[in-house]
Amino acid sequence: MEFLKKLFVDPFVEMVSYPDFLMQVLWEGLVSGVLYSLIALGFVLIFRSSRIFNFAQGIMVVFAALTLVGFHAMGIPAWVSVIFTLGVMALLAITIERVVLRPLVGQPDIILFMATIGITLFLIGGGELIFGGETKRMITSDLGIPTGSVDFEPFGGLLILQHLDITSVAAAVVLVTGLLIFLNKTRMGRAIRALGDDHQAALSVGISLRTVWVLVWFIAGVIALMTGIFWGARAGVSFALEVIAYKALPVLMLGGLESITGAIVGGLAIGLLEKLFEIYWGQPLLGGGTETWFAFVLALIVLLFRPQGLFGEKIIERV
Amino acid sequence: MFYNTAGQFKTSYTKDQSLFPVKQDAILLGVILLCAWIIFPMTASEFTFKTMLMPVLCYSLAALGLNVLTGFAGQLSLGTAAFMGVGAFACYKLITIFPEMNIIVAILLSGVFSSAVGVAFGLPSLRIKGFYLAIATLAAQFFLVWLFEKWHWLSNHNPSGAIEVPNIDMFGITVAGPHAAPVTQYYLILAIVTLITIVTINLTRGNQGRIWKATRDMDIAAELIGINLLKSKLTAFAVSSYIVGVAGACFVFLNLGAAEPNFFDIPLSFKILFIAIIGGLGSVMGNFMGAILIVALPVVIKFLPDAMGLEVNPATVEHLNIMTIGALIIFFLIIEPHGLARLWQLIREKLIIWPFPH
Repeated sequence: MEFLKKLFVDPFVEMVSYPDFLMQVLWEGLVSGVLYSLIALGFVLIFRSSRIFNFAQGIMVVFAALTLVGFHAMGIPAWVSVIFTLGVMALLAITIERVVLRPLVGQPDIILFMATIGITLFLIGGGELIFGGETKRMITSDLGIPTGSVDFEPFGGLLILQHLDITSVAAAVVLVTGLLIFLNKTRMGRAIRALGDDHQAALSVGISLRTVWVLVWFIAGVIALMTGIFWGARAGVSFALEVIAYKALPVLMLGGLESITGAIVGGLAIGLLEKLFEIYWGQPLLGGGTETWFAFVLALIVLLFRPQGLFGEKIIERV
Repeated sequence: MFYNTAGQFKTSYTKDQSLFPVKQDAILLGVILLCAWIIFPMTASEFTFKTMLMPVLCYSLAALGLNVLTGFAGQLSLGTAAFMGVGAFACYKLITIFPEMNIIVAILLSGVFSSAVGVAFGLPSLRIKGFYLAIATLAAQFFLVWLFEKWHWLSNHNPSGAIEVPNIDMFGITVAGPHAAPVTQYYLILAIVTLITIVTINLTRGNQGRIWKATRDMDIAAELIGINLLKSKLTAFAVSSYIVGVAGACFVFLNLGAAEPNFFDIPLSFKILFIAIIGGLGSVMGNFMGAILIVALPVVIKFLPDAMGLEVNPATVEHLNIMTIGALIIFFLIIEPHGLARLWQLIREKLIIWPFPH
């Protein structure tokens, strides 16, 4: 009885009696949800255009952030470093396409998936070799990102919003809008979507597979850099950031591997729900740390009812 | 050349379906077993046992388990390490609850627990396929490792959640714990690995193996010819998790001596997946070749600079090691996506028709 009360009554009583704290929790969840969405978006773009499940997305976040900090440490102004980092990400995209993907065109999905794990290991080793393993500080103020906070007092309580978090949400909205416009309105964007729909049909109307792949990996790199900046500003830049890539996986499951809408909705939903669960159920009942698996279990339950995720393409199988 | 099959006639179907249709294969296996059972133990140093021979065997066994699931039944799993953990923790609890129990019995029994957990996490495979399933198995990975850390009963209330293997005797000889001799441990692991490998080879050659392969190749078609997918997939999860659990228990009890919960974290899962894929999915022998490559490589990279007289600091070696493994995975996938086992088959075919090119 006591346990059931803790499970079904206490959390809601607490939510109602401290609405300001609830709002704080929701806000934090929303911010991490936005970042999950961004990473998931990188996955979805690559998966749609090439059916490659890009495991390296998480490490690309770390790699981009480290490169940015590294350039800045060499005395290059912050915004110039950003441009240089974008150059490095473009170079990375070209190299990956040329060295890894081109020889493996047409192989089974699992082989390409393994190859991206190979890329992950290579980047981890290479990154640590060049930049060292210690945690670095993200160059937040040099990039002109505000670091203060604003306080609200709803319902007589206290709600603190970090400027950094507000900026990251705003920047993510801008990036996603820009991306959607690019994908829907430009020639190149349409080519990417065409390739996602049907490889051979796209090739037959003269869309270059190679160009699109390089472009898609580069966009994934840009998204990675942006995620790296904002996540790095919160937690410091180190290889521990890699774990957020794992966070993007349940987002993909929940939203569907092919759906951009799914990545955004799934990311926000998982960010919010896992924070709520951790604060109101995980810490009092299970000893905390539930964030590592809650999202996966949630996604698993959803998948049992919708095997292709919430927004994924319906799987039609024929013999 | 060495594979001249002329004069080996097969006069009955039984002979044609035998385990070694070609005599040389049997001889080769005999030589390998002779090396493993007699020559290595006589020549190897304690260090070689601890860091090379035993890990190779344990990794091979775990990869074999994964291969049953992924290579034969076609269900991609990324949660292998967690099931190894279930095996290890189950074995630990068995040993502490029943101190009289024979260690081999305990290890073989602990597989039953991981098998049960595997079936539970395998249930979604009936609805979920492909990468969705792979991510779903990550749920097992993260949840189980969290459970090892938080459920202190599992580690007998050790604050760090780590398990330490006590000294265990079997027929008067210490076989596990700090006082055990590596040679005895090696023989125990080798016996278990040999036994399970033989059983698995025959399992995959027989009816069950064909059912799994049909499920892997096209599950709807398999269902149409009367295969019960529920049974097929769940037996694959059960057998696979059993082998993986036994591998985990062997690894911790007979080789490492102690393990923390985060030892069973996701890098170990990936390591085993590499072994299975580099070795060759759907091959039994490949697991061993893959494990030898993955275990030997770091050692070679560690000693190469010394041999060439270069001074390199250990951290750099570690990073180079990770990079090389990453590069090698890509390299092997490009030259032979079907793994080392397929490479060996190609060499073998060339040798059989030697000196003719085709």
